[in-house]
Amino acid sequence: MSQNNALPMSKRDLLTLIGRTAGASAMYMAMSQLGQAHASPFQGPIKLDGDPKGASVLILGAGVAGLVAALELSRAGYKVQVLEYNNRVGGRSWTLRGGDTFTELGGATQKVEFAPGNYINPGPWRIPYNHGGIMHYCMELGVALEPFMQLNYNAYVHSTKAFGGKPQRYGPIQADFYGHVGELLVKAVNKDALNDDVTKEDKEILLAALRSWGALDKNYRYVKGPQSSERRGWDKYPGGGLTAEGIPSEPMDLSTVLKSGLWRAISTNLSTDHQNAIFQPVGGMDMVARGFEKQVGKYVRLNSKVVAIKQDDKGVTVDYQDTKTGEKLKASADWCFCTIPLSILSQIEINVGPEMTNAIHAVPYEAGLKVGLEFKRRFWEQDEFIYGGITNTDLPIAQISYPSTRYGDKGPGVLLGAYSFGAGAYEYTSLPPAERVARTVEWGSQIHPQYKDEYMNGVAVGWHRVPWTQGCFGRWSDDARKEHYKNLCQIDGRILLAGEHASYIPAWQEGGITSSLDAIGRLHQRVLAG
Amino acid sequence: MKMTPFLLTAAALVTIGAVTAQAVAQSQGEPASAAANALRTTHEGDADGAFVTAGKFMEPDGAKLYNRVCAGCHMPDAKGAQGAGRYPALASNPNLAASGYPTMIVLKGLNGMPPVGQMMTDQQVADVVNYVRTHYGNKYKDAVKVADVKALR
Repeated sequence: MSQNNALPMSKRDLLTLIGRTAGASAMYMAMSQLGQAHASPFQGPIKLDGDPKGASVLILGAGVAGLVAALELSRAGYKVQVLEYNNRVGGRSWTLRGGDTFTELGGATQKVEFAPGNYINPGPWRIPYNHGGIMHYCMELGVALEPFMQLNYNAYVHSTKAFGGKPQRYGPIQADFYGHVGELLVKAVNKDALNDDVTKEDKEILLAALRSWGALDKNYRYVKGPQSSERRGWDKYPGGGLTAEGIPSEPMDLSTVLKSGLWRAISTNLSTDHQNAIFQPVGGMDMVARGFEKQVGKYVRLNSKVVAIKQDDKGVTVDYQDTKTGEKLKASADWCFCTIPLSILSQIEINVGPEMTNAIHAVPYEAGLKVGLEFKRRFWEQDEFIYGGITNTDLPIAQISYPSTRYGDKGPGVLLGAYSFGAGAYEYTSLPPAERVARTVEWGSQIHPQYKDEYMNGVAVGWHRVPWTQGCFGRWSDDARKEHYKNLCQIDGRILLAGEHASYIPAWQEGGITSSLDAIGRLHQRVLAG
Repeated sequence: MKMTPFLLTAAALVTIGAVTAQAVAQSQGEPASAAANALRTTHEGDADGAFVTAGKFMEPDGAKLYNRVCAGCHMPDAKGAQGAGRYPALASNPNLAASGYPTMIVLKGLNGMPPVGQMMTDQQVADVVNYVRTHYGNKYKDAVKVADVKALR
């Protein structure tokens, strides 16, 4: 901060001056340098100055990466066309509602039976405030956002191996973990065990900080009393009237908290991708795609399966097939902007050099699974006072997420009944959809016994069965990144790639968007250079 | 340049050897952070030995491994599937003739296929390869041994 104090004018004055003289984009850059803006690779709205002189771009895939390219390139004066395999835009930015059907590889078709207004997002489902790219497009395209309840202190943490399998509320687990750790550190400080690391002067500050952080009493102990109960909850909460006095609760002992393993749930909420503020589009994630569609839908050809991508010195020709009529068609352009997932692209004939070819073939696609369940009523709100948020469990369902919207609704409610990765997601995916749903209900009922009586219907999406991605997202290893990542992102002749697979934030829409913006910028420079 | 399917496969095999051996570390986005924080307890599992623990396949034999891992993509009848891309059929597949080839793919992955063998023991990899090479119209008599898997891993 000291260098900022040395500025001859206040930060705000300086920013105003930059804003006036150099425009909003320069101000944004300056804000970033002064540490005031969010930390994201997104550097503000892209500016594509200069005339592309009628250059044409064929965009493959109408997920968020392709839609951003269609929007920005068409604005900059390019002739764009987009080919999309599905009968809708959005790709993995996708929402399932009542009346929708989903046919997975192998042919099983699920008809979604949710009541109007209920939905699940099988793919991305939340938008962190610091994902500046997707935030920017939501604002620009008028996509209404509402808070996503990432951390709910009254949701559960659950282990089949702790507390006799009884789910615990997150709040007391975090409070007791912090409290005991705080008290232990105080003891270490007072035994002079930290003298090598903490100066005498800092010692007093540290003790005060630990007392505040851990909710310790005046003797620096984490014990039953008003301080700890303010964190972990009271046996009887303070209120008004004659019987108003609160009755404090007894903290769990340290060993119980540690052995439960439930402290593992704390760290997810600390990562920048999950911190408040975090949002969801009102009505479902595909509202983002619909926002784009209003602007660039006219350039998109749906039901188009890409078969081959061929380039020469003059341009690119793509062979594709209409998935409804079977008709074989061709599209040509000066450039090809390909956002097809590598799991699919690695199977498509494409004449790029060996470096990009090897990169396309270097990225396995992770298993992932989500199950949406509809219940007759929102028992999690009505019986358990859980309004949005996520329960974590060691059961194969891994998570239960309660809807962060329409609290108090009296009708049927849909929650996310399973969200798993890794070995369990493969094993889940191998089951027929109805069996996935049935097991999800069975497992979830260990946490919410109401499941059995209140269950109505469900839908299960195992991402390896999704016909247009064959997996959830590109799972780069560090070695693969070192060897192939740059080769994947370079322009090869007249072809360039973008998508979450060409990013360091896999599986997030921000990865697809920042990858797309970066590629668009480089393409534009290449085109202007002639 | 236009690559034939054979060249593509060869290039991919050369490439992936180096790629998948290392454990996945940083920068894996939300799924990895969720997985890293997952409780690593073990359960009884179901009748196939599935759902025992988050990070490993515990199915005890080749048939169960095939049905609960491989069939998610290659399908229960091993006939594969076709969408925007495809999952190749393993049924009556001549590429299974040389036992090292499927063993290598299970261990190292291929294109979008993850290296699922990283979550199996050498014995499990041998079991599932041997199972597929003797079922679904495949009749190869030479069994893969645990030592073969170990050597390729």
